[in-house]
Amino acid sequence: MRILVAVKRVPITGGRIVLTDDGQAIQTRHLGFTISPHEECGVEEAVRIVEAQGGEVVVLTLGPAEAEEQLRECMAIGADRGIHLVSDEEWDAQATAAALVEAIRAEAPFDLIVFGNESADAGNYQVGIRVAYALGLPIVTGLKGLVVSDGRARAEQETASGRDVYEVGLPAIVTVKEGLNLPRYPSVPAKLRANRKPVAAQAVGRPPSRLQKLRLVVPAGRGKQAEILGRGPEAAPAVVEIMRRLGVA
Amino acid sequence: MSVLVLIEPDDELALQAVTLARSLGGPVQGISIGPADAPVDVLHVAQVDGSYAPGAWAAAVVQLVERLAPSAVVAPGSDRGNEVLAHVAARLDLPLAANVTEMRGDEVTRQRWGGSLLEEARLGEGLKLLTAAPHAFEAAAGRAGATESFAPALAEADTAVRVVESVGASTGGISLAEAKVVVSGGRGVGSAEGFAVLEELAGLLGGAVGCSRVVTSAGWRPHADQVGQTGTKVSPELYVACGISGATQHIAGCKGAKKLLAINGDPEATIFAHADYAVIGDLHEILPAISAELRKARAA
Ligand SMILES: Cc1cc2nc3c(=O)[nH]c(=O)nc-3n(C[C@@H](O)[C@H](O)[C@H](O)COP(=O)(O)OP(=O)(O)OC[C@H]3O[C@@H](n4cnc5c(N)ncnc54)[C@H](O)[C@@H]3O)c2cc1C
Ligand SMILES: Cc1cc2nc3c(=O)[nH]c(=O)nc-3n(C[C@H](O)[C@H](O)[C@H](O)COP(=O)(O)OP(=O)(O)OC[C@H]3O[C@@H](n4cnc5c(N)ncnc54)[C@H](O)[C@@H]3O)c2cc1C
Repeated sequence: MRILVAVKRVPITGGRIVLTDDGQAIQTRHLGFTISPHEECGVEEAVRIVEAQGGEVVVLTLGPAEAEEQLRECMAIGADRGIHLVSDEEWDAQATAAALVEAIRAEAPFDLIVFGNESADAGNYQVGIRVAYALGLPIVTGLKGLVVSDGRARAEQETASGRDVYEVGLPAIVTVKEGLNLPRYPSVPAKLRANRKPVAAQAVGRPPSRLQKLRLVVPAGRGKQAEILGRGPEAAPAVVEIMRRLGVA
Repeated sequence: MSVLVLIEPDDELALQAVTLARSLGGPVQGISIGPADAPVDVLHVAQVDGSYAPGAWAAAVVQLVERLAPSAVVAPGSDRGNEVLAHVAARLDLPLAANVTEMRGDEVTRQRWGGSLLEEARLGEGLKLLTAAPHAFEAAAGRAGATESFAPALAEADTAVRVVESVGASTGGISLAEAKVVVSGGRGVGSAEGFAVLEELAGLLGGAVGCSRVVTSAGWRPHADQVGQTGTKVSPELYVACGISGATQHIAGCKGAKKLLAINGDPEATIFAHADYAVIGDLHEILPAISAELRKARAA
């Protein structure tokens, strides 16, 4: 099995999002970075499949030089190598998909290509689907369950009323959601090994955006001032009084 | 020029998408795969056999777009709405703006980070493709003015990916998404066993237990209990956040709650900025006291 997972570096924003003065980006000077939990589950799933069936897991990202950190994190989970398309610019979903397609073609064939259902930040729900059309591969989205065997994938989506099941032949593309599995915490030796795994980096130029970001805006809060009901267990009667008023007690 | 809306039967989010479509001006036409109803001027019912197949739905939308030449196609910001419109966007090689909260001319405001951040963006020339952010619009009311049926031409590839089986949920307890009260715990709960005091209160209130991502990552609770951007979005009458700091990705899942009560040991915790009611202190002392007080009040 050869499996490719596409991941994207995003800031860990914490309790409050602060923008740069020009409103073009999140102020990230004091922030750590990560990938979407969906994508982390994608990496874990790919590694488990290859651990069971043999093969190779390749992680692919388009992002700034610092995004190598995220490729290393994926390799600490167990991916074998990384492909890094290096660009400091922001790419729209169409351009992102086109760049990923080119990189995937250069490394083909893959049996399975894994995306997050939506990225953590921009969340346009579409890069995986665009790549599937460009490569002429079937795609199933939003998976919470995946079984790969005998050249086929059985894929499960969660719905309001239960689960929908799909079956596709490989090669195929899937987009996955957090909850698909519980990703491992990489061990220290795994992290050290990850530092020695190969990353192929290559600069890429961005085509013009067709969905053009003008500015970012932090939505106005609810402007609330919490009513303090008390400190410690002595607050219990006040809490129950509120619950009664809300009609939930 | 008209606006085309993707209608799913009995879907509140589709009725919200109709409201976004109406705001763009011009007649609003609907497309549904199989029978549905919605307050659009004309509803085009596509005859597509069998279970859900995103490619077939997209093919039907594309064929109707070619016939009607609308100025925009709007879909609900549901899993299927986002999926089908992304298929349409890939087929037509057009940009797609997902989770839009407002549109003026060719400019849209759309959600990032599960709604914690907004992006103002410009969609280029030609047909606009957008999905309506859930709960950003009132649901449109009324019925379709007229209904027309059509049979889209489908290629084999359009139905290659389709639902082959639907499995019902195991109905155990009250669902997190539907619960009237959610008692939710974070890192401050300290362990899987620590959730007993949350279970007790949720049980007394006929509510559900939720949690933060720290809790699911530690394996204390299953991911099905996680509230947030990459978990479940809840909208109870009361959300009780216990030992949860209030990260934007958690708030993205509980901001639909009518009222939020935060219990936290740190008076500076961000969660209090999102709360209607605050109790400062150790949740392990406070929650049992609330449960005891509830029992006492009921006995009286
Ligand atoms: C400085 C800056 C400026 C930006 N300007 C714009 C703009 O003008 N217009 C705009 O639309 N967007 C802009 N973006 C966001 C843009 O980079 C989006 O990430 C891109 O449009 C992809 O769409 P998405 O993240 O919404 O993808 P989704 O479709 O939500 O992502 C789904 C999945 O695709 C994969 N994926 C997505 N992006 C990447 C990637 N870079 N590398 C590898 N895999 C990936 C992941 O598996 C992800 O889970 C900007 C970002 C930055 C940092
Ligand atoms: C892309 C992305 C997606 C994410 N999606 C989600 C998501 O869906 N849901 C989610 O929850 N998170 C999500 N996260 C993680 C999120 O950023 C935070 O890390 C997480 O919500 C923090 O969980 P917490 O509040 O339980 O823990 P902490 O931030 O560690 O907070 C613990 C709190 O407990 C309080 N406390 C400690 N002990 C006690 C006590 N005895 N009594 C009372 N209070 C006490 C502390 O004062 C503190 O405020 C996501 C992150 C990213 C980057």
